[in-house]
Amino acid sequence: MASMFSKRRIAGASAGIVVLGAILYFALAWHPAMAPVSQPDVPLTAGVVSQGQRIAELGDCVVCHTGPAGARYAGGLPLRTPFGTLYTTNITPDRETGIGNWSLQAFRRAMREGVARDGQLLYPAFPYIHYTHVTDDDLKALYAFLMTRGAVHAPARSNELLLPLRFRPMLAFWNLLYVHEGPRPSMGASPVERGRYLVEGLGHCSSCHTPLNLIGGEKGGDYLGGGEVDGWSAPPLDALLGAPQPWTQEQLVAYLSTGLATEHGAAAGPMRPVVENLSRVPREDVEAIAAYLFSIQNKAVHNAAAQPEASAALANHVSNGKTVFEAACATCHGSGSAMSAYEQRPPLALSSAFNGSSEHNAVLTVLQGLPWPSEPGVTTYMPAFADVLTDAQIADVVTYLRVSAAGRPAWPDVNKTVANLRKESSP
Amino acid sequence: MINLTVNGKLHQVDVTPDTPLLYVLRNELQMNAAKFGCGMGQCGACTVIVGDRTVFSCLYPIASVGDRDVRTVEGLGTAESPGPLQQAFIDHQAVQCGYCIAGMIMRAQALLEEIAQPTEAQIRAHMNPNLCRCGTHMRILAAIRSAAASGRITPRQKVQGA
Repeated sequence: MASMFSKRRIAGASAGIVVLGAILYFALAWHPAMAPVSQPDVPLTAGVVSQGQRIAELGDCVVCHTGPAGARYAGGLPLRTPFGTLYTTNITPDRETGIGNWSLQAFRRAMREGVARDGQLLYPAFPYIHYTHVTDDDLKALYAFLMTRGAVHAPARSNELLLPLRFRPMLAFWNLLYVHEGPRPSMGASPVERGRYLVEGLGHCSSCHTPLNLIGGEKGGDYLGGGEVDGWSAPPLDALLGAPQPWTQEQLVAYLSTGLATEHGAAAGPMRPVVENLSRVPREDVEAIAAYLFSIQNKAVHNAAAQPEASAALANHVSNGKTVFEAACATCHGSGSAMSAYEQRPPLALSSAFNGSSEHNAVLTVLQGLPWPSEPGVTTYMPAFADVLTDAQIADVVTYLRVSAAGRPAWPDVNKTVANLRKESSP
Repeated sequence: MINLTVNGKLHQVDVTPDTPLLYVLRNELQMNAAKFGCGMGQCGACTVIVGDRTVFSCLYPIASVGDRDVRTVEGLGTAESPGPLQQAFIDHQAVQCGYCIAGMIMRAQALLEEIAQPTEAQIRAHMNPNLCRCGTHMRILAAIRSAAASGRITPRQKVQGA
């Protein structure tokens, strides 16, 4: 009888916990819809719109919110995540499919809390955990800028996510862990403070440059310690002094505003559109970003310049790689070639791609090349070698340059990496 | 010696494996259609088809060819009996100096073998890597459109597992 009683008590208590949990859960997940507005509720003056353009460029909005061959800001870019594929949405002022009937208040809630105008929770591929730090003034300017773009009718594509994640209220728990809501000071006393605002807020640098945990959250203990995006390795931003030639602040400013750094290399992969945007913002913003990043350098840099271990297999890779290099790469990258003497381009021995901890950037650059940039005046270009070289040849040439040019220990299993990256990056 | 099949004919060439395919075509086999333009994969004058892919032969190691067939404009027709694309280029007078044309035709050939009736956007995207310094692009595009309309280009056989 007593055991029966206690069982019932346990059952009752469990039910109570479940009910309480459900109430708490819906309290977290439920957000009211905000009333649609018939026109933007902010004066769209030229000054505010132009400030908003600067904010949009610092925030890289157009990069994700533009689909392949689609209209700018009309969404549709597939974002491949470990949880499935998300399609970015239309942020033009189209009233039906964009944000044309959003008030400033609704826009601010989306940026700060990741909640759409209709109360639906947004997926954190949209970096509201960073945009939450943007000031009210900057959000208002950004709103004015977006509301003055051309309205494009472009309905959002359905996401292809793992089943449980299609239920958006689940995101409430994630938000509890990762959203630390609220603006930060945008104009501090020093460029370092301004830079911190730009890096942590609008620039959302850590979205790519910090490793993610199993639930897609940034690992707090390894802030800017290096991450991965679309197969590319996003290098650590706190180890700039660990490069073969330590980065200087001037080089970082040049890299961020032109896409090319002497002694380090050219922006590639997902970083390319970032530097294209940064080439259009006032130089003081880029200088502030560089100043902040230089203030967080990890002094204990581990510079693993160990001698490569010699083996017959490695010698074979290196010798085959040299053959590939002479045929396919040397015209531009060989010592004394015209291209390598142009614009103080660094030799591959110093290139970040061959000195990093991962071979991904070297392999992807060989496979995809560097397409002609959208900006006139930028001249970094490299043809794609996916159709020219086999997996083994790419592995050989990458190993040759890693070992013989950069003088670093060979990456293990490069063959496998090439095969995987080729598969993932082919359309 | 390296075995190399060009336009269906087997050749043996005595070159080092790091020789670019273009040099073998021009210097060893005296097939001078493909041109040396920039030598850096920027202009497309050296474009040939290897297997089912268009490649810049100036950057293509001979060691990469393997047993795939290399195809050049010499294989598409002769002066007396031009192939469909060659005829279309003549009809539209798409040539000014002519230096880029062999590459243009080979890139267009690969497109029409894969997509018999490409859209204008598909033609422009596909031809994008090849440059013409004389500026005859509008005539080149017209020639490709009319070669597609002629329906005389044989679609490529889909190779199993390729």
